[in-house]
Amino acid sequence: MTERFILKVEDLTVSFDGFKAVDHLSFYVEPNECRVIIGPNGAGKTTVLDLICGRTKATEGSVQFKNKELLAMREDQIVHAGVGRKFQTPSVYEDLTVFENLELSYPKGHGVFGALAFKRDAAVRARIADIAETIFLDDQLDEKAAFLSHGQKQWLEIGMLLIQDPELLMLDEPVAGMSVAERKKTAELLNRIIQDRSVIVIEHDMGFVADIATRVTVLHQGKTLSEGTMERVQNDPKVVEVYLGH
Amino acid sequence: MQSSAFMTRKELIGFLILAALIFIVFPVALDNFRLNLFGKYLTYAFVAVGLALCWGAGGILSLGQGVFFGLGGYCMAMFLKLEASTPENTAIQSTPGIPDFMDWNQLKELPWWWEPFYSLPIALAAVVAVPVIFAFIIGVAMFTRRVGGVYFAIITQAFAAIMTILIIGQQGYTGGVNGITDLRTLMGWDIRTDEAKTILYFVNGALLFVVLLVAQYVRKSKLGRLLIAMRDQEDRVRFSGYNVANFKIFIFCLGAAFAGIGGAMFTLQVGFMSPTLVGIVPSIEMVIFCAVGGRLSILGAVYGALLVNWAKTSLSESFPELWLLGLGALFIAVVMFFPNGLAGVWSEKIEPRLLALFNQKKPSRPTPDGAPAE
Amino acid sequence: MFADYSMSELGAIFAMQGFAGLILFSVFVLMALGLAIIFGQMGVINMAHGEFMILGAYVTYLTSNLFADHLPFLFGTYFFVAMIFAFLISGALGLLVEWSLIRHLYKRPLDTLLATWGLSLILQQTYRSIFGAREVGVSIPDWMMGSLPLTDLIEVPINGIFVMVLAVSISLAVYVMMFRSRWGKQVRAINQNRVMAGAVGINTEWTDRLTFGIGCGVAGVAGSAFTMIGSTGPTAGQLYIVDTFLVVVFGGAGSLLGTIASAFSISQAQSIMEFFLSGSMAKVLTLLVVVGILMIRPQGLFSLKLRK
Repeated sequence: MTERFILKVEDLTVSFDGFKAVDHLSFYVEPNECRVIIGPNGAGKTTVLDLICGRTKATEGSVQFKNKELLAMREDQIVHAGVGRKFQTPSVYEDLTVFENLELSYPKGHGVFGALAFKRDAAVRARIADIAETIFLDDQLDEKAAFLSHGQKQWLEIGMLLIQDPELLMLDEPVAGMSVAERKKTAELLNRIIQDRSVIVIEHDMGFVADIATRVTVLHQGKTLSEGTMERVQNDPKVVEVYLGH
Repeated sequence: MQSSAFMTRKELIGFLILAALIFIVFPVALDNFRLNLFGKYLTYAFVAVGLALCWGAGGILSLGQGVFFGLGGYCMAMFLKLEASTPENTAIQSTPGIPDFMDWNQLKELPWWWEPFYSLPIALAAVVAVPVIFAFIIGVAMFTRRVGGVYFAIITQAFAAIMTILIIGQQGYTGGVNGITDLRTLMGWDIRTDEAKTILYFVNGALLFVVLLVAQYVRKSKLGRLLIAMRDQEDRVRFSGYNVANFKIFIFCLGAAFAGIGGAMFTLQVGFMSPTLVGIVPSIEMVIFCAVGGRLSILGAVYGALLVNWAKTSLSESFPELWLLGLGALFIAVVMFFPNGLAGVWSEKIEPRLLALFNQKKPSRPTPDGAPAE
Repeated sequence: MFADYSMSELGAIFAMQGFAGLILFSVFVLMALGLAIIFGQMGVINMAHGEFMILGAYVTYLTSNLFADHLPFLFGTYFFVAMIFAFLISGALGLLVEWSLIRHLYKRPLDTLLATWGLSLILQQTYRSIFGAREVGVSIPDWMMGSLPLTDLIEVPINGIFVMVLAVSISLAVYVMMFRSRWGKQVRAINQNRVMAGAVGINTEWTDRLTFGIGCGVAGVAGSAFTMIGSTGPTAGQLYIVDTFLVVVFGGAGSLLGTIASAFSISQAQSIMEFFLSGSMAKVLTLLVVVGILMIRPQGLFSLKLRK
């Protein structure tokens, strides 16, 4: 039983001055599963990701990743345990080049003295070139990130996660604000990278969700409203009411 | 492809020009008095270089660098004062053999924490270690709780205030408002002669270059790029698996170490240390040295320290009222019109024109950390 | 050390020391209120805050001279006129500074800090050129002199009481402005969501300017009140800036109640410690304790936990 889930979220609660943004939420993610979280604005979707990766401290509950309690760990320790997180607005280092952006995410030299001694060797270069190709940025390696388009920045951030090779990847609206062409390319990219790892995605684009989701969790007011396959969720009368009822 | 080399050709030329200025031009062109004065300015450059790393690259603005400068300076001064206070020299005191200000304040024996400063190796180690330990304590307390930005600035400023009040209030132990004065010899070598002052100027210059090379190494290492990344996207760095606080603590301690060395060299060259170099006002002036040079540029920081202090000496000799107005205007102008300081003016305005003049080729894209020359 | 005093003497000492603490408290509150508005609501660090206070003090000095020379029969009331002048003139300078300097730097708080430091140097030198380096004092009207005997042993100075009354009334005025007026509502709206506030038709630019101006005006009034208990010199403002910022940060930026509570605890701590230690050590200990608490609780005494 313990081996069945890679991530176990149980009774997770956070309250801001009495307001419960996430309210006794529980869900379980299997290895290699792609879980999509949907829900109306303010349902607590982003807060759930914040809680898992340690950005927000939970009021109560537990989050276990490979049987390790994440709530007791610091953000960087959670990353080293194998959880990667992409933010909603693209956050890349604008003053650095694409190469340097990827290099800083390379999983080596993460201590102070490790960073001082870090050498840009052939293995690092090869890995960066490899990732850059995957995220369609191999021609822009020397470009400052500030000069990239919005979609390219999203790709770069995804690339920064890929280079860490996380076992659990969490993506917050990866196709938001993209053009149709970029969206198509991103879907293709995501479809490729979600193989061989567990993924949690927050997304609004239902076509996209249907395309990638193993299972879907619908959040409403910090609680699970419905959970299951896309088809099941879409036909759940409670979901229909929340989305269309008001 | 990407240059991860320790120094680009352009940066090397910048270093060489500065070396030529400090080791050849100044000693040849200036008389002994002025050279000693420039040596004093260069001790502030140690602080400014540290600030270029902390503030320019890391976005951590400390308004308490004077504390570290002072701690380094006082550690040196305590050693020199003990050497000067031999029982023979202080025979007229009611308790011979202790520093004169202690005697004036009716102290009968040397406080226990002065004892280790009889030893030169301990004093020299303390010049670096005391500021670093102090910075480490502040850094751990602040950065692990994610205090940054203006809060950090205000709290470090409070430390500068506390330090000054403490030194002035405890005059029996610290020499009070006058500081520790009347320093004479270093292991028997008289530091007050012109010859000694010239030698100390060169030692100071050499140490400054050691500090500059360390700073250059840090800037060019992955740690240097991480600092810039943290300044812009702290959360992204954190969620790329770095313990952000450790990096901030490191760079803050490094800046403190630089400042401590600068303070010790100040004591040696100027012959005293006093609370006027520790408090709120000197601490914030040290920030302006760095800002004038260009907050990202370590070479710029040296020029900033030289230029502002030279202007201060020249102006306040002849027009003392004008100096404060000028300094005030400088603060505003640097922030409003030249946020990248001299280094920015050099790389955006002067360098492209020089390049166009010399080789009629495409002007290179301006970089914010190009080095300014004269 | 208590053995030398009788119980009633000891009680009187504590009462007088407590009263001295209350005067210090009033001073801190007056200084910090303007800063709490500017720093707490706008997030702007105004290092020249002390100089705005001193401006109010000099305005009061000039007004007292004016009354003494031309309206001697009204001299007893000059102070109230001076306070209004101080508010208007400091406030007007505040508006000018916001327009010329601050509004260009809203996104760069650390740079604002440096620029306003530069401004403070310029103002100090200006005061020195106009009024001289020596401190000036105002003549206090007769009714404010002397002290009020409460018991045989306890006496309280009238000017001290007056400053306390002022501190209370100005705090109330700021509270009313902040939480009852349209301007206050707009300021708080902008503080919470600038873009949205602009979208619903608040003139954010003008509100910012007015806020800065009012904050500086309140500083001017504080300076005016200062003249009642001390003299004024060109660099007097700088002496208080660290204390004032610590009071505001310690209270929790953005909380008016927090500012007052923190002013109270810091001033009482300092004046009680002053009885046992030398003045400078009391100051050092107070500052260290405040900084120490801020390290443990960086958000200050009063603050809300917010969803990021």
